[in-house]
Amino acid sequence: MQFQTFSSPHTDRPNSVDKVMLQVILALLPGVLAMTWYFGPGVLINIVIATLSAVAFEALVLKLRKRPVMPTLYDLSAVVTAILFAIAVPPLLPWWLTVIGMAFAIIMVKQLYGGLGYNPFNPAMAAYVLLLISWPIPMTSWLPPVVLSTNPLDFMQIVSAIFTGSPPTGLEWDAITMATPLDGMRTNLDQGQMISEIFQSPVWGDFGGLGWEWVGNWFLMGGLWLIYKRTITWHIPLAFFAGLTGLAMITFLFDPESYPFALFHVFSGGAILGAFFIATDPVTACTTRKGQLIYGVAIGMLVYVIRTWGGYPDAVAFAVLLLNMAAPTIDYYTRPQVFGHGDNHG
Amino acid sequence: MYVESSKGKIRRLWDFHGGLHLPDNKRQSLQTDLTSATMPARLILPLRQHIGEPAIPLVKPGDRVLKGEKIADNTAPVCAPIHAPTSGIIKGIEAHSIPHPSGLNGPAIVLEVDGKDEWADLPAPINDFQNVDKSLLLQRIREAGIVGLGGATFPAAIKLNPGKAIRTLIINGAECEPFITCDDLLMQGAPDRILNGVRILQHILGAEECLIGIEDNKPDAISTLRSHLTDDEPIEVVRIPTLYPSGGEKQLIRILTGQEVPSGGFPAQLGVICHNVATTAAIADAVLEGRPLISRLVTLTGEGIANPCNMEVPLGITAADLIEQAGGYTGKSSQLIVGGPMMGFNLSTDQVPITKGSNCLLAPSEEEVPTTGSALACIRCGRCAEVCPVNLLPQQMYWFSRAKELEKVQDYNLFDCIECGCCSHVCPSHIPLVHYFRFAKTESWAKEKELQAADHAKKRHDFRIARLERLDAERKARLRKKKEDLGKKKPVKPAAKGEDAKKAAIEAAMKRAATKKAAQQSPPKNTDNLTPAQQKQVDAVDKHRAETTADQE
Ligand code: SF4
Ligand code: SF4
Repeated sequence: MQFQTFSSPHTDRPNSVDKVMLQVILALLPGVLAMTWYFGPGVLINIVIATLSAVAFEALVLKLRKRPVMPTLYDLSAVVTAILFAIAVPPLLPWWLTVIGMAFAIIMVKQLYGGLGYNPFNPAMAAYVLLLISWPIPMTSWLPPVVLSTNPLDFMQIVSAIFTGSPPTGLEWDAITMATPLDGMRTNLDQGQMISEIFQSPVWGDFGGLGWEWVGNWFLMGGLWLIYKRTITWHIPLAFFAGLTGLAMITFLFDPESYPFALFHVFSGGAILGAFFIATDPVTACTTRKGQLIYGVAIGMLVYVIRTWGGYPDAVAFAVLLLNMAAPTIDYYTRPQVFGHGDNHG
Repeated sequence: MYVESSKGKIRRLWDFHGGLHLPDNKRQSLQTDLTSATMPARLILPLRQHIGEPAIPLVKPGDRVLKGEKIADNTAPVCAPIHAPTSGIIKGIEAHSIPHPSGLNGPAIVLEVDGKDEWADLPAPINDFQNVDKSLLLQRIREAGIVGLGGATFPAAIKLNPGKAIRTLIINGAECEPFITCDDLLMQGAPDRILNGVRILQHILGAEECLIGIEDNKPDAISTLRSHLTDDEPIEVVRIPTLYPSGGEKQLIRILTGQEVPSGGFPAQLGVICHNVATTAAIADAVLEGRPLISRLVTLTGEGIANPCNMEVPLGITAADLIEQAGGYTGKSSQLIVGGPMMGFNLSTDQVPITKGSNCLLAPSEEEVPTTGSALACIRCGRCAEVCPVNLLPQQMYWFSRAKELEKVQDYNLFDCIECGCCSHVCPSHIPLVHYFRFAKTESWAKEKELQAADHAKKRHDFRIARLERLDAERKARLRKKKEDLGKKKPVKPAAKGEDAKKAAIEAAMKRAATKKAAQQSPPKNTDNLTPAQQKQVDAVDKHRAETTADQE
């Protein structure tokens, strides 16, 4: 009898890329729902626009590159990129900016480098930074959490704002948008206010901005679940928080009225999302364990430095992209000691 | 981690990086008792069933041989003889498919069984081995054709003669591969043969202690062996956690002693020797009964085989005959694997004989071992590195293997990879990593050979250039001398001057050749790693060069 031959090992493989991506998507869900709760359905509309355009661009490029389309779409990596991008941008971002962002992320950052696995930069973050630099106003026009909003928008107003790019009739952008907590904190500090004064304002919750901190909490839950499921490991998130809070603690002890306490930084902006979902993107992160610790700490510290002394209120995207560049080098210098190469020879 | 070994001793165990908890799938083949295979009409005995030089036939077609008679051997230092598993007539010596990953054919002796099963005169049993010279025992083990039966097939007698003091003898009863159960059954069914083998090995090696390492998913084997130990002997049965690949030699040594076999080195450097339980039992048979290695236990399993079981099998029986005896195929399998699922390899045909290293025939169903699925790109998730027992970075090795950057792959310690398959198993992109690593190893070897050949050719070339330049210089010197002779009626010391010029010219030519050689020198590695044969050749050239230079003076 004749048989087919395959290469060893001959086992039922327990993992697959689509499973990994699906778990990431599931883990994002609680945070996404919380965001929708606090910032309105614009969040979901953005996700839909981003996902559709990401998948379309991916299919297009694969067709042009004469690669099979379906297996790649099934790996769900484009969807993850789309969701990460959509929840990082303001909920009323005009639709065409989302499409431009996805075109850049999928075509330039991902596929031109060879597709999933070959891209040195995180596509969602690269697109975010491109838009932030090119269209700074819409990219920083955040809505206030619904609870604080003086002019809450209804669904149709939101749809129209996203698709026309102009505020609902009778309202100015200024009337419906509000600075993010990080932004507000910076402006107030620049005006010479003390932290204790700043926190008098009703926009603050326990650690960060009202509403924002709860969104952070739900992303934290999702992230912890990913660690529990072993989809990601604890190394990068923990190192990220260590880097961020470490620096924050030092400056806080130095001058608590000019530097917010460490947890403020954790629960503000994209820190939690970044730590669990963005910095852990395996393709662009470090791959050795030791390297991941260095990588995480460095991102955390950079986030703090840019937030505190840099030109932008939030910095996760910049910090991640910078460390993406350093990842191969860090990997090279943090290779583990191979069995039989140490001095453990008795 | 600490465990209680036999006799109430507490023993520390160490762990190694990574490893896998695999579904063990061992139950199927343990449902039935051990049986003996019936002798088929024909046996195929490949001449290479071991690592080293192939054996050379000692018989010719038409010869009648008896059971246990030596039919092939080789005087090369690394070789194991082959014996007739039963009596019969030699039909021929021909190319036959052999169990080898390459799927290529190899020379084999074909024995037509006469059914009489008539024994040859066996060497006398050595019962008081404690009082017998070691060399005699080693000779007996060598003559019995015993090789590592765990699959490594390295001649046992050579491993037992390490030329170093051995403190610890380790007996490998881990059997960490899923599906395989033949060592388990052997430990349960023949504890005395194993322990006698251990005692013989201990005597040969002078080892102070002997540790028998068995994974804790084989409690019956552990208790049986423990109950057969006598109180005062330095043999311990150690129960180790079930974790693939703890049965790998280097991993087992690490678990039991905490030491790591140096990269590229041997366990004997650490004062440790490791043998498999089946090898140990075969050694006992050879010494205490004079019986050569002519049969072995084989696990037949997987949903593709009707009656999964273990059998005592004559070497040379084909997989087809054997599976027939296990009830035949169920039609649920599209593949046949020799060895375990992790490190075994596929056969393309079942007309392949069982050899000394074949411990298992596995015909898995599609549910047990799916055959479909294509690889995606590496997403650098690092899971492969997490499970690698050698602590390699398979994702980096893969990257450079794909790019055919062989030096970089070697930089990442390709040659420390034990091909255990852990990395491929967990890879979410289903990349056949081990396949790439095997390929990279083969390519590296080929390249190394090529470089050595090129280096050799370059040396010859350099020498030739030097010789030509020398001849040229000589010719010129002669011409000059002639001219001088013609020009000066009475030269003062024409001969000496001529000699001087010649010598200078020769020296200059040699120097030129040497600088050229130095300039062209490819990476130092290639000249550092000359084989003895090449070194000899180079030396010969140098000597010749020196002689010819001397001649001229
Ligand atoms: S497990 Fe597979 S996908 Fe993950 S890093 Fe290793 S080779 Fe790449
Ligand atoms: S096959 Fe090689 S690289 Fe892969 S896990 Fe085993 S030793 Fe490591």
